Amino acid sequence: MTTAASVGRKRTWREPSILPGFGLSMGVLLAALALIVLAPLAALVLKAGGAGPAEILAIASSPRTLAALRLSFGAALAAALVNAVFGLLIAWVLVRYSFPGRRLVDAAVDLPFALPTAVAGIALTAVWAPNGALGALAASLGWKVAYTPLGVMIALVFVSLPFVVRSVQPVLQDAGADVEEAAALLGASRLRTVFGVVLPGVAPALLTGATLAFARAVGEYGSVIFIAGNVPMVSEIAPLLIVIKLEQFDYAGAAVVGMLMLLISLALLLAVNALQAWSRRRLGNV
Amino acid sequence: MSIALAIETLEKTFGAYPALRGVSLDVAPGELVALLGPSGSGKTTLLRAIAGLEQAEGGRVLFNGIDTRRLTLRERRIGFVFQSYALFRHLDVFENVAFGLRARPRGERPREAQIRTRVAALLELVQLGGLEKRFPSQLSGGQRQRVALARALAIEPQVLLLDEPFGALDAKVRKDLRRWLRELHARTGHTTLFVTHDQEEALELSDRVAILNQGRIEQVGTPDDVYDRPASGFVCEFLGEANRLPVEIVNGEAMFAQRALLGGFGPRPGGPAFLYVRPQHVALTDSDRDGLPGAIVAVRRHGAFKRVEVALEGLSRRLEFDLDAGAAPSLGATVCVRFTQGHVFPAQEGAG
Repeated sequence: MTTAASVGRKRTWREPSILPGFGLSMGVLLAALALIVLAPLAALVLKAGGAGPAEILAIASSPRTLAALRLSFGAALAAALVNAVFGLLIAWVLVRYSFPGRRLVDAAVDLPFALPTAVAGIALTAVWAPNGALGALAASLGWKVAYTPLGVMIALVFVSLPFVVRSVQPVLQDAGADVEEAAALLGASRLRTVFGVVLPGVAPALLTGATLAFARAVGEYGSVIFIAGNVPMVSEIAPLLIVIKLEQFDYAGAAVVGMLMLLISLALLLAVNALQAWSRRRLGNV
Repeated sequence: MSIALAIETLEKTFGAYPALRGVSLDVAPGELVALLGPSGSGKTTLLRAIAGLEQAEGGRVLFNGIDTRRLTLRERRIGFVFQSYALFRHLDVFENVAFGLRARPRGERPREAQIRTRVAALLELVQLGGLEKRFPSQLSGGQRQRVALARALAIEPQVLLLDEPFGALDAKVRKDLRRWLRELHARTGHTTLFVTHDQEEALELSDRVAILNQGRIEQVGTPDDVYDRPASGFVCEFLGEANRLPVEIVNGEAMFAQRALLGGFGPRPGGPAFLYVRPQHVALTDSDRDGLPGAIVAVRRHGAFKRVEVALEGLSRRLEFDLDAGAAPSLGATVCVRFTQGHVFPAQEGAG
């Protein structure tokens, strides 16, 4: 009787579940989230706030900060777009065709993940510097890659390539050939099948992959600073600006730049999430 | 009989595995033919080869006398319903059905107004009027299946091919859709082939059934033909249920344990054979000098019947028979078994 009564009375705000330990695991989760993610971010905001409104505005609107932010987000966006195209292509080839060495190529896609970013930076600089193999070739065409925004973008493309491939690959695998066969039997041309059926099908995964690539590229530091040359106003990325400010003991200034990056990233992530929620409503659980 | 679809000695292997071994079949205009067989029998491969999704290594397929090897997929005009439905999940129901119309080359493409009328009519036909704006993920399995069918019908196909059309649906929906598809076929009259592994579905739905086994067609015929006059032991066992007894044919009579079970197998050469008896073709009596003595070892309810399992002397496999629901067989009772009908096939064939 008592149990029945207490069950009837006990109303909780969570869905009843037969899995035990909700209270404990939720507590650990919140504590970890607060300690690992929220506390540092709060400290950042506090530090930046310590500077005072006028100073914040001055740092935020200084040409050097704006140039660094523009380069960081612009190059990251460009890198994400480049990877969206080539990552999709790589995923397509890996999923749909079978050729000798396919597994090797598949494994090579993960190399940028595995490489320490400083190693990647040195390797890229060695190749793209004016006396490097590709750098010399580019120079003969009149292009300068190393120590320019183009170099920054190339480094970002390199480190964020795996994200798109690995996001799109399982979806392409899953979609199977039957949707494409159905389109062909309904009379669709190859072009129409690719652009009207296959691409819209992988679009949500492509968006996810490109977002991850973008997020990675925005925060990238190690691989960029070697090839970028770090010329203020030209090839100086925002993370580097933060380091420079720190080295000059300008903690508030570093925190302000950091907070700006945080705000822009948050706004972009929110926009992407809204886009994904919209596509999920239409396409079901993708 | 004029022929809408002629399949001539199709051959197809996957690696070392022969999927189709010289399959031939003629289908009349407007006919509804079932391709029935166990998994791995080649029925889906045959359907895909007809559609042009698989390249056959030998043989050819003709639509109204035209060799399809010379036609592109579009020119074949095939309505194909995939087992997975293969709907375009980023398009709503309307656009899914309209896909085939919009995909036509510019000169043949209907006007927008014509597309609207045609799609509306098709959705009405498959009883999905009002769901135009839904996306496939918002539909039930049965509804998706009907969208796939409407999409296939939109291109005015010469032949309609359905791969396990009811495979992914639950039993109740299957039954409803089966009746509905039969009515739809009566109204639209498309030449239709469908693949199934469900013998009940094949018998109930089709004008003719083609039974496939290991890449060959074992028998083609009306449901009555294949059920009542099976051409092989495989067909007999695959279509409906059958008890198999090893017998000896002597002077046209099937002998088991020195007793004559059934006669009338006159022209057949003597020797070892298998006798196939359906569960309903039996008479059980308390005592019968001609019958085989056996014991009832299990009684179960089986739909409208009572199913009894009988152990025969000298046979390890138990026989299963259907009795009227009113019968009250008692467990362990000794009975005499007499067969009223049966089919005999040579021993080496049914030995599998």
